[in-house]
Amino acid sequence: MSISFNDHHGSIGRLGEGLRSGLCSAQVHLSRRRLLGAGSALMMSSLARRLTLAAEQKADSGKPPKSVILLWMEGGPSQLETFDPHPGTKFGGDVGDVATTLKDVRIADTMPRLAEQMHLCSLVRSVVGKEGDHERAIYAMKSGYRPDPTLEHPSIGSILCHADDAGADIPRHIAILAGRTAATGGYLGPQFDAFKTGDPLEPVPDVRARVDESRYQRRLDALNNVLEPQFTRGRIRNLQENRTLHLAGTQAARKMMSSDQLTAFDVKEEPQAELDAFGDHPFGRSCLAASRLVEVGVRCVEVTLSGWDSHINNHSLQSSAAGTLDEGIAALLKRLEERGLLESTLVVCGGEFGRTPQINPAGGRDHWIHGFSTLLAGGGIRRGHVHGATGPEPNADKPDAHVESPVTIPDLHATILSTLGLDPTEELDTPIGRPMKRSEGEVIESIIA
Amino acid sequence: MPPIETTIDSSDESPDSFAKSSLVTAELVSDPVVDAELVPRWKRALASVGRWSLLLILALMTFGFLSSGLSPDPSAIFDEDNAKSAVAQDENVNDIGAEAVAIALNDNPATAIEPVSLRSTESQPPGKTNSKKSDSELALVTGKIAEQWRAELDSRGLEAAPMADWLTVCRRLSLALAGTGLSLEEIRSLQRLPEADRVETHRERLLSSERFHHYWAERTARYLVGADEGPFIFYRGRRFRTWLAEQYAKNTRYDELVRMLITAEGVWTDRPEVNFHTVTFDSGDNAPDPIRLAARTTRAFLGVRIDCLQCHDDFLGNVSLGDASWIMSCGADDATIQAASEGDAKYVLREGTQEDFHSLAAFFTAATSEGVQGLKDKRANYEYQYLYADETVPVEPSVPFLRELLPPRPTNQQDDSDEADVEETAEEVATQEVVADEPDAAPEFGDLPRYLSDRERLAYWLTHPENKPAARAAVTRVWTLLFGQPPAIETDYGFQVGEVDNLPLDSPPSPMIETLTEAFIESGFDIRKLIRCITDSPAFRVSSRADFDVTEQHELAMAVFPVTHLRSEQVAGAAIQAGRVKTINRDSSFFVQLQQFGNLNDFLKRYGDLGEDEFTQQPVTITQRLVMLNGKLINETASPNPILNASSHIEMFARDDEDVVRTLYLTVLNREPSERELEHFVERLTKESREKNDPPTSRKQEITDLTWILLNSSEFAWNH
Repeated sequence: MSISFNDHHGSIGRLGEGLRSGLCSAQVHLSRRRLLGAGSALMMSSLARRLTLAAEQKADSGKPPKSVILLWMEGGPSQLETFDPHPGTKFGGDVGDVATTLKDVRIADTMPRLAEQMHLCSLVRSVVGKEGDHERAIYAMKSGYRPDPTLEHPSIGSILCHADDAGADIPRHIAILAGRTAATGGYLGPQFDAFKTGDPLEPVPDVRARVDESRYQRRLDALNNVLEPQFTRGRIRNLQENRTLHLAGTQAARKMMSSDQLTAFDVKEEPQAELDAFGDHPFGRSCLAASRLVEVGVRCVEVTLSGWDSHINNHSLQSSAAGTLDEGIAALLKRLEERGLLESTLVVCGGEFGRTPQINPAGGRDHWIHGFSTLLAGGGIRRGHVHGATGPEPNADKPDAHVESPVTIPDLHATILSTLGLDPTEELDTPIGRPMKRSEGEVIESIIA
Repeated sequence: MPPIETTIDSSDESPDSFAKSSLVTAELVSDPVVDAELVPRWKRALASVGRWSLLLILALMTFGFLSSGLSPDPSAIFDEDNAKSAVAQDENVNDIGAEAVAIALNDNPATAIEPVSLRSTESQPPGKTNSKKSDSELALVTGKIAEQWRAELDSRGLEAAPMADWLTVCRRLSLALAGTGLSLEEIRSLQRLPEADRVETHRERLLSSERFHHYWAERTARYLVGADEGPFIFYRGRRFRTWLAEQYAKNTRYDELVRMLITAEGVWTDRPEVNFHTVTFDSGDNAPDPIRLAARTTRAFLGVRIDCLQCHDDFLGNVSLGDASWIMSCGADDATIQAASEGDAKYVLREGTQEDFHSLAAFFTAATSEGVQGLKDKRANYEYQYLYADETVPVEPSVPFLRELLPPRPTNQQDDSDEADVEETAEEVATQEVVADEPDAAPEFGDLPRYLSDRERLAYWLTHPENKPAARAAVTRVWTLLFGQPPAIETDYGFQVGEVDNLPLDSPPSPMIETLTEAFIESGFDIRKLIRCITDSPAFRVSSRADFDVTEQHELAMAVFPVTHLRSEQVAGAAIQAGRVKTINRDSSFFVQLQQFGNLNDFLKRYGDLGEDEFTQQPVTITQRLVMLNGKLINETASPNPILNASSHIEMFARDDEDVVRTLYLTVLNREPSERELEHFVERLTKESREKNDPPTSRKQEITDLTWILLNSSEFAWNH
């Protein structure tokens, strides 16, 4: 079968999975729908049927598809220096607290700007985990499952992009400032991995073709119809689909190249006052870019802020990172609210675990899985609510006993997925056909609007 | 000579005034031998011509120097017929070494690529030798590995793919040993040899080339000192890499290299190996950071990750330490092996503790910074407050397993009475009475010098022939560089790809890796011999393509060669080389080398560089596809450039369109096109086909497009 990437002419070819990877523009949907109306053969394609259904659902509801912005605090932020301070107690440390726009709710004084936006948020102060190692805990928090050597679970953004095809021309799943732990597609396939970018101050390079369109298209046709079949012949099963991802990658690149939405990456288009509000640092600029990307239809943006792993000098490290977070998240929530996007955009802020109440001999706090905090806002999350609490002096023998209304990481995932309009209990098929629920947790009803 | 008076009125802007001013300037910068007014016009013209001629000659000479080697050599591109006759002439040459010499002596520059003698020399004592003993040893090891490879496949019920053709194997060698594909020049040269000799000849050329030395030096530096800039004043990364390249050129024994690194002393600019320690100065308060050095040492030289033990004991069962039974099978006496096999408690692995980590770190407190003297060796003195302990405690240098191989620590009798003695230098201590801790317990150390510093003790232990985990770590590194991914290991969760620096002691090596480990030790830690052993094995020679359904299990068991994503520098290196007919090496023109350097850095910045985690397999990203589709390097490589680019040279000298397609395939993908490919692209080059395009294209444009297509194929960016 001949393969063409000229989507404006409506060719679909063998790119079913690639097309699902978040690259479908409105134009593509329309052209496919026209094709479907014209050709009964294509109606047999389950992909085409699904595409039509998705487009019709979108047209019927009249609502923009929901998006999620994950502010990923890598390294383990201390709940005591951020969302759950206990100043003046045995383990409170040097941090103070500050009143927020919510009555009787105080957060650490490291985040005064966020305190003014807390009425938009729900705060879960009672998350309990099972993984105390960074790598394993990151996996658990990003996928909702504990690491399993036989299976890699997908991240929230991948599940969201896998569920439907609504969204932008540019990649619908983007990780800004990501390190090695950027969200992946897991068993859904690497085509759902996040597109990684750096500081938005830098332009998005290499998105312009160097020859005219017809010549470029001839190049791609020969590449995909002559070279690629020759390479896959006789080699490992599904080489193209599961490993090289050549077709999906090339198609994604082509779609990105032709998109007007590329300007969403360019935060320099914003007024100086807006740039200043987000802070003059990569994280702040990335939060601003995340907002702009969501505005053009990107479904999931993950923004990473590291520097939280404070085994030594906890107060200093946490204060510094919290200050950076404060500027970015407060400006982000304010902007989304002002633009009416907070209803369709879920903002989640948290890390892989919290930090110990006890301050170790080096002035640091170590990893703590028995009660830490995650902030959620928008996207159908109840405003101005706090779920759960932790006691100021946990018992070392029963560390979970001090956690009131504990919430597991799968519970968090179920809540997030539910808020995004996805049924957490729906089963997805792994490559070997093993049914796997999107999440095995329970929705935290108290924080649902 | 009359003095020159610059009596120019600055307010006078007339042309005459400017002319006078220019004359004065000219006279100031030239030698005013005679008054210009007095010299006849024809003489002045002659002098002017002479000066310009001289300038032109100088410019030409400079250009010639900078661009030497740039000119295309048609005979290097299209000489298959000659190659065939050369093969015929050489058919009676049986000795590979003699053949290489024949190549070296060939007048045709196209065949005289990096002439090497494959015979051993005094300067390369542990290198390739053609002695019957060495050959038979290699054959024995290769034979044993082949048997184990076959047995492994049989035990898993897997069928093996056929052996790959010589060009494919040579491409794998080039990618692994030099970080590029084959050049057309190399291919033509190899085609002159009997087919049976081509792979070995190519391998030996690579092993003796500077490209290999520098490429492996860069890879080695990454796991020894990382890929970061390091502290500005105290670290010279380039100097360190150059030194490593020199060690590869000299074929320094691996154990000797490790000893030099661990025990390095002096100034980092004068003694490059010291940079192994000074790269940690930024976190060590302008002194070596024992914590980082301990973590680096365990990962790099032991293939064990115990970083987490820095902060807490292992409570997750991730770090098992101790004398595993498989470690004891080399060099141990029968009683020990018997005890290990019977589950003697001594050989049962235990969970790692903080003490394991900090005992290793203690060795590195023996290295201290002494200002202008650089790094000096002193007696280790390390204290640490373990988690939840009330106070710091002194930590004795020790190792996490095979402790009987660690030489005893000499005890200075005055230490107990005088704390100041702790600061005494190694030499000073050596002059004093030294008593070993347990002199009777370690008679095997009798041959050692009377005094060993703590770092020397660690180096001795790390490089001890009975320290199999350390040798296994080196073998795994080399294997990973050659295959692009670590060898598979059997785990509790099944047969999986391993990790290059995480080889748990409770996961014994596969029989093939164990054989290679023992052969590596037996060979005197000879890296080149290890490379030969691995690349002679069927695991390296087997095809990645088979006529049965190939699964991941086939790849893990090496029933087929694994299809792996090339690392960033390999993609860049292959693309840069594909743009040239001749091999790019240190003898290439200055222009070419400069361009290569710039292109490589630009490409890596955009395409992404995994730094020291370069063996992590990552799926292709949209960014990478964009770089390949629209990036500068690919565009420049494919575009017409009659001076530099292979595609233009091929266009100029090809006999016909079929020749163009065949030669471009060889240059970029290092293989011949299939019939379908040949037919398709020859058709595209025809005038009729080109005129059908909208707008019509030139032959040059079609050749550019073909080059671009080949460079953008999966095949180009993946090892197979």
